[in-house]
Amino acid sequence: MNAPANERERALMGMGESRLRKEDARFIQGKGNYVDDIKMPGMLHMDIVRSPLAHARIKSIDKSAALAIPGVHAVLTADDLKPLKLHWMPTLAGDVQAVLADEKVHFQMQEVAIVIADDRYIAADAVEAVMVEYEELEPVVDPHAALLPGAPVIRDDLAGKTEGVHGARVHHNHVFRWEAGDSAAADAAFATAEVTVKQDLPYPRVHPCPLETCGCVAAFDPIRGELTTYITSQAPHVVRTVVSMLSGIPESKVRIVSPDIGGGFGNKVGIYPGYVCAIVASIVLGRPVKWVEDRIENISTTAFARDYHMTGELAATADGRITGLRVNVIADHGAFDACADPSKYPAGLFHICTGSYDIPAAHARVDGVYTNKAPGGVSYRCSFRVTEAVYLIERMVDVLAQKLGMDKAEIRMRNFIRKEQFPYRSAFGWEYDSGDYHAALEKVMGAVNYRELRAEQATRRADPDSPTLMGIGIVTFTEIVGAGPSKMCDILGVGMFDSCEIRVHPTGSAIARMGTITQGQGHQTTYAQIIATELGISSEEIQVEEGDTSTAPYGLGTYGSRSTPVAGAAIALAARKIHAKAKKIAAHLLEVGENDLEWEVDRFKVRGDDAKFKTMKDVAWAAYRQPPAGLEPGLEAVHYYDPPNFTYPFGAYLCVVDIDRATGETKVRRFYALDDCGTRINPMIIEGQIHGGLTEGFAVAMGQQMPYDAQGNLLGNTLMDYFLPTAVETPKWETDFTVTPSPHHPLGAKGVAESPHVGSIPCFTNAVVDAFAHLGVTHMTMPHNAWRVWQQLQQVDRPVEPR
Amino acid sequence: MTTKKRISVEINGRSVEREVEPRMLLVHFLREELSLTGTHIGCETSHCGACTVDIDGSSVKSCTHLAVQCDGAEVLTVEGLADRGTLHAVQQGFYQEHGLQCGFCTPGMLVRAYRLLQENPDPTEDEIRTGMSGNLCRCTGYQNIVKAVRWAADTLKAQAAAPNASAAAAAAPAVTA
Repeated sequence: MNAPANERERALMGMGESRLRKEDARFIQGKGNYVDDIKMPGMLHMDIVRSPLAHARIKSIDKSAALAIPGVHAVLTADDLKPLKLHWMPTLAGDVQAVLADEKVHFQMQEVAIVIADDRYIAADAVEAVMVEYEELEPVVDPHAALLPGAPVIRDDLAGKTEGVHGARVHHNHVFRWEAGDSAAADAAFATAEVTVKQDLPYPRVHPCPLETCGCVAAFDPIRGELTTYITSQAPHVVRTVVSMLSGIPESKVRIVSPDIGGGFGNKVGIYPGYVCAIVASIVLGRPVKWVEDRIENISTTAFARDYHMTGELAATADGRITGLRVNVIADHGAFDACADPSKYPAGLFHICTGSYDIPAAHARVDGVYTNKAPGGVSYRCSFRVTEAVYLIERMVDVLAQKLGMDKAEIRMRNFIRKEQFPYRSAFGWEYDSGDYHAALEKVMGAVNYRELRAEQATRRADPDSPTLMGIGIVTFTEIVGAGPSKMCDILGVGMFDSCEIRVHPTGSAIARMGTITQGQGHQTTYAQIIATELGISSEEIQVEEGDTSTAPYGLGTYGSRSTPVAGAAIALAARKIHAKAKKIAAHLLEVGENDLEWEVDRFKVRGDDAKFKTMKDVAWAAYRQPPAGLEPGLEAVHYYDPPNFTYPFGAYLCVVDIDRATGETKVRRFYALDDCGTRINPMIIEGQIHGGLTEGFAVAMGQQMPYDAQGNLLGNTLMDYFLPTAVETPKWETDFTVTPSPHHPLGAKGVAESPHVGSIPCFTNAVVDAFAHLGVTHMTMPHNAWRVWQQLQQVDRPVEPR
Repeated sequence: MTTKKRISVEINGRSVEREVEPRMLLVHFLREELSLTGTHIGCETSHCGACTVDIDGSSVKSCTHLAVQCDGAEVLTVEGLADRGTLHAVQQGFYQEHGLQCGFCTPGMLVRAYRLLQENPDPTEDEIRTGMSGNLCRCTGYQNIVKAVRWAADTLKAQAAAPNASAAAAAAPAVTA
C-alpha cells in the first residue's frame, strides 16, 4: 500500500507494459467460445444451395426431393421470402443485394435456396437434393469489358436507373464515379512538368480468409418476441440496427452477440445473406438455427478485397521533386455493391494516395463497376482502400526514381512532408496530425546499412554468373485510420464514434464495456492497461467486455484500425470522468479542497504530505458507502467519443530479396519494419500485430489471388489453391519503432495493426521489381509467385541453368 | 440414414462408447457428440490444422478422419493437455511468448507442438517451422509460435532434468484471465 510510486506503478501493469494477455487462459485450454461452439436446445442447422453458374436465369426450383428427406424442416427460396419483403436487402454501400437469388443468379456460388434440417449432415444431403434448372447467360468477368457498350446487363433490377446513390451511372454496369482533388491543378502540373511517368497497377482480387469462417446462431423466441443472434461480426451494433430495420422487430428486442471471433481482417464487417436467412428461418420455425459457412463458401462469397485496376501518373522536376499526381481506377465491385465504407466515400479513403509526400496538385477518379463476381470490397486488414492507395503511391515513386535514375531512398527523402509542416494539409484535403518521416527512414537505413546493401547489389549485377538477382524494396507509408469524425464518416447514417462504459465496483475492481469487438487484437488486455494507468487500478482487476449489444454501449466496431484511435480515446475519457468524481470524493474524505490534492499512480495525495492520501480503492468504497453531499452514489461513467480527426500512423520498411534466376523463386533475405503508431500501450501486443500484418502482406504480395476464368468460375477457393503461408514460407521479421504521438488523441495513440499489411505489400513488390530494375522492368503485377517471376525472367534475363 | 456403428474410444484418458453414423467426421464427433469444442474447423480439406488432434501418438487432422476409424484408439485433444489443472509446457509457452492472437488455430497448434516435442525434444528453429507447417495461423506470423515451442522444449528439458521441481511453474507466471 505504501510501496514507492514506481513500484506501485509497475504493479498496475498499465500503459507501456508488455503484460501477458488476459484472453489467453481460455484459448490455450480449448475454452474459447466461437460461434460454431454455441449449441442451443432444439437448434437446427441451415445449409445453402448455391449457383454453379456466374450468370443465369433460374427456370425452376424443385424442393420436393429435399423435403422428403427425414429430418429436413424447410427449404426456402426467394419466392418464400418475397411476402416478408426479405428476398432483397440493402447493402452498406447504398445498393441492394439478393438475399436469395430472385429469378436470376449474378455470380458463381450465389445463394439460391436454404435448407434447414436436424443436423449438418442431413442439411448437406438436402442441399444436394434441391433441383435447380438454369438458363445460362453470358457472364461479365473483366471489369474493363463490363463498361463496353454491348456488355451484357448484369443487374436487370437497375434497368433505367441512371442515378445511383453516388451520382450518375454512365453505363448499365456502372456503379458510381467518384472524384477527389483538383483536376485542373493536376493537369497544369503535368502540362509544365519536366518529367512524367505513367504506370498501370492492377491490384488483384484477394480474400481476407480468417481461419474461422463466417456464421451465426439465430434464436427467435416467439413468446417474448425477442431475437438473439450469435454472429461472427466485427460490428455487432450495426448488425442490430440493420436486423431491426429489416425485420421490424424493435431494436430493444434484438440482441446481437459477437462471441470470440477467430480472426476478421475485414471479412466479418459485412452483413451476409447467410445471416439474414438463418434469422428468417429461426423466425419462421420458432427454433434456433445455426449457419456456419465452409471454407469454399467463405472464399467464394463473403467479402473479397481489392480488385482495383489503377493507373498512376506522376509529374516531377528533373531533380525528382514531385509536382503532381493523377490516378484513374476501375474498381470491380462484383454483382452487388456491398463495399463496407463510410457512406460518403464509395472509394473509401483512397485519396490518402499522396502518401508521405508533399505533392502540391493531385486528382483521383474511381469508377465502380458491376461484374458477375461475388460482392464485397472490404478492407482486408486496412483502413478503407488505404492499402490500394499506399500501393499506388509507393509503386509510382519507385517508377519515377527509375526513370530519373535516382536512388529510391533519396527520392523519398526529397519529397517527404517535413516534420515542421505538421499538421499538414494534403492536396486532397486531409489534415495529417503528426509525423517525422525523415527520422524513420534514416533509422531504417542505418539499421540495415543501406549503402552496403546497394554496393552488394551493384556487385551482384555486375556478375553475369550470379545465380540470383538481388532486390531492395523501400516503402515509407502513411496510413489514415481511426474512422472517423462523424461529420465525415457514417455507416447507414450512424456516426462512426465509439464508446466505453466503466463501472468501478465498491471493492475497487472494475468492468469496462465497449462498442468494439476484439478478433485477436488483445482488447481485453490493452483496454485494461489504459484504465489501469488512468484510474490506478491494477489491470489484473479490470474486466473488459465487448460484443454483446444488450450490455455494451453502442459502437461502430473493430475494423480500419479504429479500436485504439476511437474506442481507446473513449476509454481514456470515460476514465477521466470517473477520475474527476473520485477526486471530489477523495477531497471530502481528506477534508481538503480538490486543489490541495495531487494524483500519484493509484491515489490522491494531499500536496506536500505523503502520509495523507486516499487510494482509488478507498474512494470506490466511499462512493458506494457515503458519497459527499450533492454527489450521486456509485462510480461509473460512459463516454461516446467522436474523434476530431483521423490518425495518421506511418512507417519505413525495407526488404531485401534474392530471386533465383533459374526458378523464379523469391527468398526474402531480410525484412526490417519500423512503425510509428504514436503512444505505445502494450509493446508485446504491438509487435505481435506487426508480425501478423507483415505475414498477411507477404501472403498478398507473394501468392494470394482469386483467379476467375472467362465463364466466371472461381478457380482457387480452397486452401489447396488459395495461398496462406505456413511457418516455412513466412520470412523472419525485424521490427523497430519511433514514437510521434497524435496531438489530438487523448493518449497520443494512432493504431497499428494494419500498418504492416498496408506497408509491406508494396515493399515486397518494390523489392521484386528492384531486382529487375537494371533490366528495364518498372512494374510486375502481384502475386509474385515463382511462376510469374520466372515468366518475367524469361522475358528479360538471359537463360540460367538450375543449380 | 445409415446403420450406426458402435465405437469405443479413449479420449483424454476417458473411455467413451457411442453409436455413430459411419460418415461422421471425428471433428464433429468431438465437437457435437462430446462437446469438446476446443478442436476447431477451419478448412475441411486438412490444410489449416485447426482440427489437429493426437491419435495413438500421431498428429491427425480430425476434419478428414472418420470417427469410426478411431474405434479402439487413444485420442488426445487440447482439453486433455493440462494435467489435473497444471498446464502443459506448450500451453505455458504460447502464453509466455504471445504465441496466439485470435486463438482459433491455437488448440491445433498446441496439440501439434505437444507431439513435435516428443518426436524431436530439442528442435532447431527450422525444425520447428517445418514440424509446425501443417498448422496455419493468420494472426501471429509464426515468429512467436516458434519461440513458444522453443520455450516449451526448454521447459520440458528442465522438467526432465529435475522431475520433482516444477520447472514450468517456477519459470512462468500464473496464467490469469
